[in-house]
Amino acid sequence: MAQAGVAAQAGGMPGPVEAEATAGPPRSREGPRRRRRDWWRALIFTAVVGIILAGFLSPLLRALAVSLRQPEQVGQLDSPQWPAVHATFDYQGKTYDVYEVPIDGKVQDLALVKKGREASQFVDPGNAAAGLITWEGSWRNLTRAWSFAPDWNNYAVVWDQIGYPRLLFNTAALALFETIGTVLSCTLVAYGFARFRFPGRAILFTLLIATIFLPYVVTIIPTYAVFLKLGWVGTWLPLIIPTFFANAYDVFLLRQYLLTIPREMDEAAAIDGAGPFRTLVSVIIPQAWPAIVAVAIFHVVYAWNDFLGPLIYLTTKPELQPLAVGLAHFNTLHYRNQAFIQAGTLMTMIIPIILFLVFQRVFVKGIVITGVEK
Amino acid sequence: MAAIPVQPVQTARRRWPRRFSLGRSALARREARWGLLFIGPWIIGFLAFTLLPLLASLVFVFSNISLSSDETFRFVGLTNIRNMLADRQVWEALGVTFKFAALNLPIAIVIPFAVALVLNSKYLVGSTFFRTFFFMPYVIPFVSGVLAWQGMLNLETGWVNVVLRFFGVQNPPDWLGDAATIYPSLAFIGLWGIGAGVIVNLAGLRGVPTELYDAAHIDGAGWWKSLRHVTLPMMSPVIFYSLILGIVDVLQYFLVPLVLYNGSGEPGGSTLFFNLILYKHAFAYQNFAYAATLAWLLFLITLGITLIVFRTARYWVYYRGDDR
Repeated sequence: MAQAGVAAQAGGMPGPVEAEATAGPPRSREGPRRRRRDWWRALIFTAVVGIILAGFLSPLLRALAVSLRQPEQVGQLDSPQWPAVHATFDYQGKTYDVYEVPIDGKVQDLALVKKGREASQFVDPGNAAAGLITWEGSWRNLTRAWSFAPDWNNYAVVWDQIGYPRLLFNTAALALFETIGTVLSCTLVAYGFARFRFPGRAILFTLLIATIFLPYVVTIIPTYAVFLKLGWVGTWLPLIIPTFFANAYDVFLLRQYLLTIPREMDEAAAIDGAGPFRTLVSVIIPQAWPAIVAVAIFHVVYAWNDFLGPLIYLTTKPELQPLAVGLAHFNTLHYRNQAFIQAGTLMTMIIPIILFLVFQRVFVKGIVITGVEK
Repeated sequence: MAAIPVQPVQTARRRWPRRFSLGRSALARREARWGLLFIGPWIIGFLAFTLLPLLASLVFVFSNISLSSDETFRFVGLTNIRNMLADRQVWEALGVTFKFAALNLPIAIVIPFAVALVLNSKYLVGSTFFRTFFFMPYVIPFVSGVLAWQGMLNLETGWVNVVLRFFGVQNPPDWLGDAATIYPSLAFIGLWGIGAGVIVNLAGLRGVPTELYDAAHIDGAGWWKSLRHVTLPMMSPVIFYSLILGIVDVLQYFLVPLVLYNGSGEPGGSTLFFNLILYKHAFAYQNFAYAATLAWLLFLITLGITLIVFRTARYWVYYRGDDR
């Protein structure tokens, strides 16, 4: 049966069934010709997807290229996409500018040694020993050549101008406190929903899930007004305190995970005299560690990404703002110098990217739990 | 029974009618008390940060509460609602939001599904590698992502137009500077957030039983018919979930244009999204009453649309086990 399914799929376009098919029996019976055809298909298909992926991620490469551009490239429309300076060449103890010179129908990069009105003398940087080359025409009409030269100094400048150490500290501190609040509260609440029967549990859980679908704008104004009354606007408290009261996504993720832990473990602990809290600490948490780590990492990334919260609560306090808000502000000031903007952009995203690459399995698992099991 | 510590919950319980009691036996009551204790933080949070603010903003709708005026708090009846109904900017902003939603919603649902299909294909070599890097932009802070894409879509120096010029396009569009191309461009920028959707769709695809495809093949179904009659029905719960969340999200859309244009609504007012207007009334003019009125309008619109979609669910969303 499985063979038949594979044969059907091989005849058509790549389809969803293949994940199982590859795990199935080898397609040896179908002969070498079919296998070779599949091999070609895989090659072409993978290459096409690779090109799409390259395009998808190319803004990152562009951000890097632009972030290393030299100050003299700013506003120069003829300057190349890559970081570059106007090329020069040292010849017999003096430095000469390099121009793009059309000779015999092709363009050569030559250093202009002796300027002349009707004809100028050049030297070929690649073959200086050959001596001077005379070119007929006005050198003023030539464009200057560029040579590759990344300017790492942009990062140092942005580091100072944007106040990176301060922003990084704020972001990390906010992420830390928010993550502690989220992990603590969501673990308790998930444990309550997963392990205890109480009247109205189903309704309360539905209510919890329903909050995912509630537009935040409808609650944010009174919340802001109350925080303003409390004198918390302009502090980190409005961002940190609510995380200690659990949120639907993370409770859901943890609860789903706790439901997979066999109850026999808790019961054994209960027989040994452990109370519900003791059971949570010594049985449940060690078992649920992968899910707890997932929640923690998700929340760090979430806090790093958060923009609206810090924007409205910390507008008047630049010294307390996190990277996202600092970067947006920096952009309104320096948008003309894209080298600075893109350097700041990369400096803002680098830590979540590293976290993701290190913990990518955790990410994928966490999303599968929250997204699919509903 | 004697060993159980007396808690406030228990004293409160005595006054409740029987059907609200925590349970019949002492053991059940004890369990219920612990359960409520553990979910306590969420209950408090739900009251403090969801339910009360929700009701408070409804009260705001009928009040004059505003930080920008010195008037004392009083109820003003339907004044805010009347002002809103007469406010052309509000209706134009709703139009902007709906126009963008109509374009973005299908993209935000179809593209993650399509990418998941690709990642699940047997012809893709190294699907884990691709999955990792299609997901990666999801973790990039959106301000960074927006600024990287802003450069990418720049009229002169953006790589999109560099590539178009390379292929001979004489006057490539000013993607983010022209009202005609702004919505597709914003939808395009949004693709950096598809990571979670891709993973969810991928997990859904892997959960479709192989026998169904075998059966479809025996009935003579090709790739397209298998997709249409097996994959899509089996994936309908995932699509439904993405659709509902997508509606709630897209109706609140405004942060990307806020970063791109600093809230100016450029180009030509095309990015004056509903939530941008709301944000300005709430946090720039600090007119809480009017902002709350707008918020409740958006809430009711969102609720109405999601309820309609929920109503349609029984015609197209297939849950396994429904037949039994």
